Amino acid sequence: MSPRLAANPTPRTFGAVRIYLDHNATTPPRAEVVEAMLRALREGWGNPSSVHAEGAAARACVERARGEVAALLGARPGEVVFTAGATEANNALLCSVAGRGRGRHLVTTSVEHPSVREPTAALAAEGCEVSTLPVDAEGLVDPDALEAALRPDTALVSVLWANNETGVVQPLPEIAERVKAKGLLLHVDATQALGKHPVDLRRVPVDYLACSAHKMNGPKGVGALFVREGAPFEPWLRGGAQERGRRGGTEDVAGIAGFGAACRLARDELAGRIERWSGLRDRLWDGIQAKVPRVRRNGSARRVLCNTLNVEFEGADGEALLQALDLEGVAVSSGAACHSGSISPSAVLLAMGRTPEQARASLRFSVGHDVNGPQIDRVLALLPDLVARARGVGGP
Amino acid sequence: MSERVVVGMSGGVDSSVAAALLVEQGFEVIGVTMHLAGSASRCCSLDDADDARRVAEALGIRFYVANYTDRFREEVMLPFADAYLAGRTPIPCVACNRRFKFQRLVERARALGAAGVATGHYARLETDPATGRRRLRRGADPGKDQSYFLFDLEPAQLARARFPLGALRKDEVRARARALGLATAEKPESQEICFVPDGDYAAVVESLRPDALPGEGEIVDTAGRGLGRHAGIHRFTVGQRRGLGLAAPRPLYVTRLDAGANRVVVGEAEELLAAGAALERVSFVTGEAPGEPIAARVQVRYRDAGTPASVEPLPGGRARVRFERPVRAVTPGQAAVFYDGDVVLGGGWIAGAIA
Repeated sequence: MSPRLAANPTPRTFGAVRIYLDHNATTPPRAEVVEAMLRALREGWGNPSSVHAEGAAARACVERARGEVAALLGARPGEVVFTAGATEANNALLCSVAGRGRGRHLVTTSVEHPSVREPTAALAAEGCEVSTLPVDAEGLVDPDALEAALRPDTALVSVLWANNETGVVQPLPEIAERVKAKGLLLHVDATQALGKHPVDLRRVPVDYLACSAHKMNGPKGVGALFVREGAPFEPWLRGGAQERGRRGGTEDVAGIAGFGAACRLARDELAGRIERWSGLRDRLWDGIQAKVPRVRRNGSARRVLCNTLNVEFEGADGEALLQALDLEGVAVSSGAACHSGSISPSAVLLAMGRTPEQARASLRFSVGHDVNGPQIDRVLALLPDLVARARGVGGP
Repeated sequence: MSERVVVGMSGGVDSSVAAALLVEQGFEVIGVTMHLAGSASRCCSLDDADDARRVAEALGIRFYVANYTDRFREEVMLPFADAYLAGRTPIPCVACNRRFKFQRLVERARALGAAGVATGHYARLETDPATGRRRLRRGADPGKDQSYFLFDLEPAQLARARFPLGALRKDEVRARARALGLATAEKPESQEICFVPDGDYAAVVESLRPDALPGEGEIVDTAGRGLGRHAGIHRFTVGQRRGLGLAAPRPLYVTRLDAGANRVVVGEAEELLAAGAALERVSFVTGEAPGEPIAARVQVRYRDAGTPASVEPLPGGRARVRFERPVRAVTPGQAAVFYDGDVVLGGGWIAGAIA
């Protein structure tokens, strides 16, 4: 490599001050989380299944974390099964409950995360009957329509609590009541809701719930499946007695410890987060409406996560706008990126009745722990010009 | 602050070195891979995009992917299939250059704050000292020159284009890539059309337009006598000899594809010779057609040395070419590009041969 090339600015930040508004994709781990993980790596390196003192130290890390996750969920520690993330939790649950001949009918929605949508499609290909409920223009499921779709042979109802792209929050308590009134089983993917929205399983009678650490300032590669006591469940990953035989494989002790720390923070901070993040989100939306013509918010403005704003910039090339923002130091997201990094129009927005052009013109902003007001103002200062350029107006 | 430029990076060695040269020249380079020919079954051309990303990382430049799969299918792939079904032999790369590399990628570049787009084409762009206009010349490597594929770029498009490899030979480009340790340095040449990876044009046409296939038809000689059967005219191109399945005392070649009658017309070698060509959708690099016939060397396919000819512009964007000596296999759907020495004057699309 020639010296001239080596002297180029380093990748990643390219000298720009970064403003991270993509907390629904992932979040930076908090200092407390990193601390807990380092401690677990140093002191809890034993095998939690071992009888000796080293094993006991590791097991203590895992059980402490389990207590934190359970406390945040309003669950009992024994109802929490650690997994390698929400994708595993969703797959495990769907294949366990729906795939084992407990009835051949599933009810789900048209705005699920791929980790529910794709296993559901695979079950349908194997002969399960799947009722996929539509959403309205605001992204909401109609509880009456859901109730009407329930049948005596319905094996499972699976609903996304809060949508990752729009932040729209489904009327979960109402949905849960309808499902439980028929004596059926309900699974909820709460990956986006946990840590940003009140989740209390003592009040909301779901049977299963999937969640993930890295969406709430914890580490990647760890999540949990809540299985209510008495609810049917078959292990998906077999291979040991870990997690009371519900999930084989030696535990990711450090990851679990980090997850526990993140849950502790969420429990302490939730009310403050909701107030602060919704303030930042509203400041962004008010500013966009004031400064950028022809914009429209995607999804309900009332039933929405405190941190999420999805905006259509009419006529703009959303992929170009996302990249132009990145060049200026601002990280946002749009649609679903495939492996190569190119972007397809969001299936969630299409399910809400948006056209592919409208979906392509839409961006998601999701705030989080380190975001502050001046950062929002900086984004608002950048947006008018960048949006105009992404609409093919101006530019060099 | 240094000038920002977008480089269209295909994941091959040429565009990798183009990006590296611009970095050396002090530009703020942004690499963009256009995702064009993806299909439902193969989400993205993963390997090529990954190679481009690796090179961008090694060069310390920003890198993005731009997704144009839907429009590429509509504006390049389907017209490609339709041309074959109409008895022509298309060159999709020209439309790709005009509509994607030097239109949509330029739009993307402007959205990213860059005025221009550079590619790894072997062609030279310079300012004509006499007129002050932009001038397109053949690349310095005669074996790699790609000016043929760029003939119909508009003046405004040429104004925003950069071809950093124009003065280099291919072996020099590879040597540069090796010296820089680029991951793509030894990557083999891609001779094929990007969405026809194994050279099976007929299969691609059939998968793009399954409902519009012409089906079997007759193979006839110039006098219209039936000689055999063919399995669809999209499987043939003018000048083709193999795959006819005919037994004849002298070699027979495809001389014409008659889409209306679903016939393949064959003849002997001398019947392939044309005295001229009728062109449509003719354009000139200056942006305007000359008022009278011009003398030029006319190249009727990519691998063709060109033939001296007179080019007579006609109304409606048409032109008539008269070669100084007969030219073999003048093929509808291919481009005829006019050169003065190594300077591109313009070109047009071959509508038919003139006997």
